[in-house]
Amino acid sequence: MPASDKESPRRVALFVTCLVDLMRPVVGFAAVKLLGDAGCIVEVPGDQTCCGQPAWNSGDRADAQAIARKTIALLEKYDHVVVPSGSCAGMIARHYPEMFSNDLHWRGRAERLAAKTHELTSFLTDVLGVGTVEAAFDGAVTYHDSCAGLRELGIREQPRRLLAGVDGLSLTELADSEACCGFGGTFCVKYPDISTAIVDRKIGAVAASGADTLLAGDLGCLMNMAGRLSREGHTVKVRHVAEVLAGMAGGPAIGEGAGKEGKQ
Amino acid sequence: MKMHSADFSADARAALADRQLQRALGNVQRGFVEKRRKARDKLPEFDALRDSAKAIKDHTLAHLDLYLETYETRVKESGGHVHWAADEAEARDIVLDICRNAGAQTVTKGKSMISEEIALNPFLETNGLTVVETDLGEYIIQLRGEHPSHIIAPAVHVNRDEVEADFRRHHDFLPASRNLEAPESLLSEARGVLREKFLAADVGITGANFLIAETGSSIIVTNEGNGDLTQLLPRVHIVLASLEKVVPTLEDASQILRLLARSASGQEFSVYTTLSTGPRRPEDPDGPAEYHVVLLDNGRSKMLGTEFQDMLRCIRCGACLNHCPVYHAIGGHAYGSVYPGPMGAVLSPALAGVDKAGALPNASTFCGRCEEVCPMRIPLPKMMRQWREREFAQNMSPPTQRYGIRLWAFFARRPALYRLMAGAAASLLRMMGRNGRIASLPLGGGWTATRDFPAPQGRTFQEMWRARGKKVA
Repeated sequence: MPASDKESPRRVALFVTCLVDLMRPVVGFAAVKLLGDAGCIVEVPGDQTCCGQPAWNSGDRADAQAIARKTIALLEKYDHVVVPSGSCAGMIARHYPEMFSNDLHWRGRAERLAAKTHELTSFLTDVLGVGTVEAAFDGAVTYHDSCAGLRELGIREQPRRLLAGVDGLSLTELADSEACCGFGGTFCVKYPDISTAIVDRKIGAVAASGADTLLAGDLGCLMNMAGRLSREGHTVKVRHVAEVLAGMAGGPAIGEGAGKEGKQ
Repeated sequence: MKMHSADFSADARAALADRQLQRALGNVQRGFVEKRRKARDKLPEFDALRDSAKAIKDHTLAHLDLYLETYETRVKESGGHVHWAADEAEARDIVLDICRNAGAQTVTKGKSMISEEIALNPFLETNGLTVVETDLGEYIIQLRGEHPSHIIAPAVHVNRDEVEADFRRHHDFLPASRNLEAPESLLSEARGVLREKFLAADVGITGANFLIAETGSSIIVTNEGNGDLTQLLPRVHIVLASLEKVVPTLEDASQILRLLARSASGQEFSVYTTLSTGPRRPEDPDGPAEYHVVLLDNGRSKMLGTEFQDMLRCIRCGACLNHCPVYHAIGGHAYGSVYPGPMGAVLSPALAGVDKAGALPNASTFCGRCEEVCPMRIPLPKMMRQWREREFAQNMSPPTQRYGIRLWAFFARRPALYRLMAGAAASLLRMMGRNGRIASLPLGGGWTATRDFPAPQGRTFQEMWRARGKKVA
């Protein structure tokens, strides 16, 4: 339920993220539905690409800044910017201002955008005051806290609060839930052996939880965990949390063939 | 500072395949993390103390010259000597000179990472001195001819059976039939052997956790009491410390001490917190006749005023190692540096050069847990990123990676072109998928060697969104 029905509807830009755009559009549509249900007017700025995180974390400041300037100019006219990813939201909300620490003009613009940029579940609960969503999901799920969302944006309770209101869903916590899944952006291909060792501990915890579905709020982590789970022969299904919250978890899970679709 | 490895990736792979090491690393993950959490939870003012500790160090670093000179004056007033060493070679020479002037044959040592940094032991041994490490972990490492794999638990990679084998091999003067099954029996054997060494030593070398400007004192924290015997029994005591260890007052050190052991081992306080100020005075019951402090710079003063200054707040608690997923996976040796883990990933390039230690700041997932647990609130991921920036700017990162990022950024700056490429990539990857996943990806072997690559749903969100818009209109 929106915080106040009297307020004019909020004009929200959905920054869908490059991974959701390329790999899993259903997450974008789930976000659109959740925001629309909460009374927002959702727009998808057509010229969005990527937040620039791969360049920033690789030490390529010039390219990261060039991408950030474009993104800032594209998004700054909206009341809010919502991102279905903790790390991409953290990039805009935490790293854009840091990136322009020596540039007063762009720092000001970056800070103003940062102040109104939110990760999806945090926007729904913290900003809009949504208590429950209309959704049902018959399953035992576990939840992975992606590092950037958890530590840069303090996202921990928000998705759990929303999941608690989903009919038929039961949540079991992961052991050592604060541990990284080993994705780390380019880290997972720069140091694949270390990355694999780290994700193995994570999928060990997933298997031990007894859950049949693993949820998280960041597609990078989800693809990493899904890829290792399927390679190791686990049948745990992996989905973005927004799919479940929006009641759009009927299709194939991440890394799952369309052939299984009919069975769900 | 010497880097021990040229190939981080290969050493990491070897560490991952070392089953004994992997078992030992499980203890780091389970033990240290839980103990720190409990210690923190029991102290409501823990985070306020962190703010205060950070402020103390920031203030000290802003006036480092003042506090170091004050410290030097106080040490001299108490009858001690201060030696300034610009680099590790100077520090080694100073220590050797002091030992020679004392006519020393045997040197005992308390745990000192600075002595590892300057590779003191091999230098003194080459020059005819017998060097004995007295911290149990360091002693084990010395017997094995290894380097510490952790800054507070040097032998964390070694298991009990290996220690027993090392003791039997090196303590061949003891009866071969003795029972060493219980860990306590290993401890008491080490204690017995070391007791002789303490009594024979001519010079004792300790590190310092803090140097106190107002009193000229140095403080060490230990759990075994070996530091006390090292600095009290020999005729000469040498304190080996890097210059950022100074704090203005005893009160300042007391505040930071409340964080140190809790962050390190989850103890409220280390078992021994030992202050030493100058040589033995006439009214003292014991103490050394000579007291020397060797103050090492070795690249630290160059960090002042740069984006790496915050690293000089580090108090070497090891919490960042204990909470690092990469350290948990590979342990300390694979980093090839005296300083492993996140703190080492920032400090090693500063001390050894980013051309030699450049892999280390890249060996992080940026999960941010190190910064979260750092008692001194050091922004470790941010500084690792700054090293990556320097590498990128100096064309030191691998060409494939550099060109890959630049090519991708070229498209990311051009939305229309980007949409076209994303649409093509989505269809192509979709076609490559079998049962929703791609088992082997050209140029993506880093991923697909051990993981399936989930196939995309088929069309990009942007394509579908635009198509829907037209439909609605």
